[in-house]
Amino acid sequence: MKEPADKIADLAAKHRDRPGALLPLLHAIQDEMGYIPPESASIIASALNLSSAEVQGVITFYHYFRTEPSSIPRVEICCAESCQSMGSDKLLAHARTVCDVHPVYCLGLCASSPAMMVDEKPYARVTPEKFDSIMKKAAS
Amino acid sequence: MSASIYVPIDSAALALGADEVASEISLEAKRRGIEIKIVRNGSRGMFWLEPLVEVETSKGRIAYGPVEAKDVKGLFDAGFESGGKHDLCLGLTEEIPYLKKQERLTFARVGIIDPFSLEDYLAREGYQGLRRAISLSSEGIVQEVTESGLRGRGGAAFPTGIKWNTVMKAQADQKYVVCNADEGDSGTFADRMLMEGDPYSLIEGMTIAALAVGATEGYIYVRSEYPHAIAALNKAISIAKDAGYLGQDILESGKAFELEVRKAAGAYVCGEETAMLESIEGKRGIVRAKPPLPALSGLFGKPTVINNVISLATVPVILARGAEFYKRYGMGRSRGTLPFQLAGNIKQGGLIEKAFGVTLREMLYDFGGGSASGRPIKAVQVGGPLGSYLPESQWDVAMDYEEYSAIWAVLGHGGIVVHDETADLARLARYAMDFCAIESCGKCTPCRIGSVRGVEVMDRIIEGKERTRQIGLLRELCDTMLNGSMCAMGGMTPYPVLSALNHFPGDFGVAGERHA
Repeated sequence: MKEPADKIADLAAKHRDRPGALLPLLHAIQDEMGYIPPESASIIASALNLSSAEVQGVITFYHYFRTEPSSIPRVEICCAESCQSMGSDKLLAHARTVCDVHPVYCLGLCASSPAMMVDEKPYARVTPEKFDSIMKKAAS
Repeated sequence: MSASIYVPIDSAALALGADEVASEISLEAKRRGIEIKIVRNGSRGMFWLEPLVEVETSKGRIAYGPVEAKDVKGLFDAGFESGGKHDLCLGLTEEIPYLKKQERLTFARVGIIDPFSLEDYLAREGYQGLRRAISLSSEGIVQEVTESGLRGRGGAAFPTGIKWNTVMKAQADQKYVVCNADEGDSGTFADRMLMEGDPYSLIEGMTIAALAVGATEGYIYVRSEYPHAIAALNKAISIAKDAGYLGQDILESGKAFELEVRKAAGAYVCGEETAMLESIEGKRGIVRAKPPLPALSGLFGKPTVINNVISLATVPVILARGAEFYKRYGMGRSRGTLPFQLAGNIKQGGLIEKAFGVTLREMLYDFGGGSASGRPIKAVQVGGPLGSYLPESQWDVAMDYEEYSAIWAVLGHGGIVVHDETADLARLARYAMDFCAIESCGKCTPCRIGSVRGVEVMDRIIEGKERTRQIGLLRELCDTMLNGSMCAMGGMTPYPVLSALNHFPGDFGVAGERHA
């Protein structure tokens, strides 16, 4: 088993020569480890010749990057206007009684609102009842 | 010969169970010993009918929808694989009025072809635009695009040819083409549908742009909420490269163009072009001051063409059929077509490509069939979260960039979000401010602080605390944001807020005092 710090260093070495390497590198770390571990900033900074503050700034700027392990499965519910017009408020309130939910703003499924994603799998026209059956399936 | 059955692979179809339907069809066919070929196409864009299954017959494709996995047995019982009658049968796909009334130029292939089949793409005019572009000079390509009247479909509506001309004339050792696919506006999905349903058209459009301006590298910046679009583009790029349509010697022209997908990371403001460049460079998505224009000093400080997915994917048809053909569509200075996206509380939501000049009322009723809830439609937001709310008195205005700007509204990226009478426009105005507060990049004060103050003021208005004074404050605040922000994030948040206040004052607890 490799230590997380070694994994991060390996990924940094792999990506460091790409133009604009930081975003693809952060994606690679999150894809592999599920989140961006706290020790990442300093390891990346030395590999990419940046300051730790710059790297930390980028990690925290983007909503997509997580600095803590995520709940499993990861549930994202759209809270933008189109889904609001079809009752996403009710769906969100219901979902929050069941599990951890991450609000997102638009999944591009607006003609079949309200929409959500569970571990990158999209669902549309989601009612509270449909939500329960999706979660039941995801758990099994 | 085995029957060809089309089951969409578009995210919106997948979200409604298309994968389950496809595997059930394949299982059931095996069980019955019927030979079929399942093709995974893009979506036709009629989302109330998804998953929409189509069957190839001698008369054309016959559609069935919306199909659920449990309907599959019944469909086979009815002989649907040869076009048999069934309750879900919608007849010939092309004859469905929603599709038949459209003018599909940019979306001509979406929903029809297998998105990854180069053979399908070539059979439907694919790469004819690039072949013509190769035979022209850089100036010739730019001239064709300029004459077509194409304007930026991302929302800003800047003439594409003029932008390309600036990049073409710039002197530099390296130039870039960047596609903005950070489609963050609520109510929009045209970019996503196109990338998933016809990725080669975007690749071809970018390649033509590269030839026109002398760029050799390109990036497509796609939002992280679109994992299927990212996968589709990566697959298509690799196939195109193997076939010689990308790489160091495109179609033996001696010209090179390499293309890479960059995954965004969930920041709405990165749809602003300079914030997007910062993001691709690996920085926080902070808006840059202009000038310098990205056309002269863009990605990594080099001259850069930045266009939206739809602008770029429209370029091949303009080159293949000529500027004269394209500009025949549309009105005034809005030439060609716009892929409108009808969403929210609407019975028949979907993708509607029409020439400029169509009205919102036609969209809502002729195409949309009224609200999904059956209640009267109250307000319609056009142009994304930074677009105005339109009351019924404005639904007959022609959808044209200039006509909309005359009523203090925007067409933007063509998103239309419908709200029925239960909507509270004061809450939606509060949401607009809140969204700006969440998504502001933080560089300029009017946006960073104005949005937070805006939420507080809206809260007091909603609670009914000194309403008249608070509404005065809100107007002042909007004036500062509108005129003092660096980009459209803070600069256009007043559009939904003030349009809601002006057209629906009752929701703000004040009598109908009208402002322009």
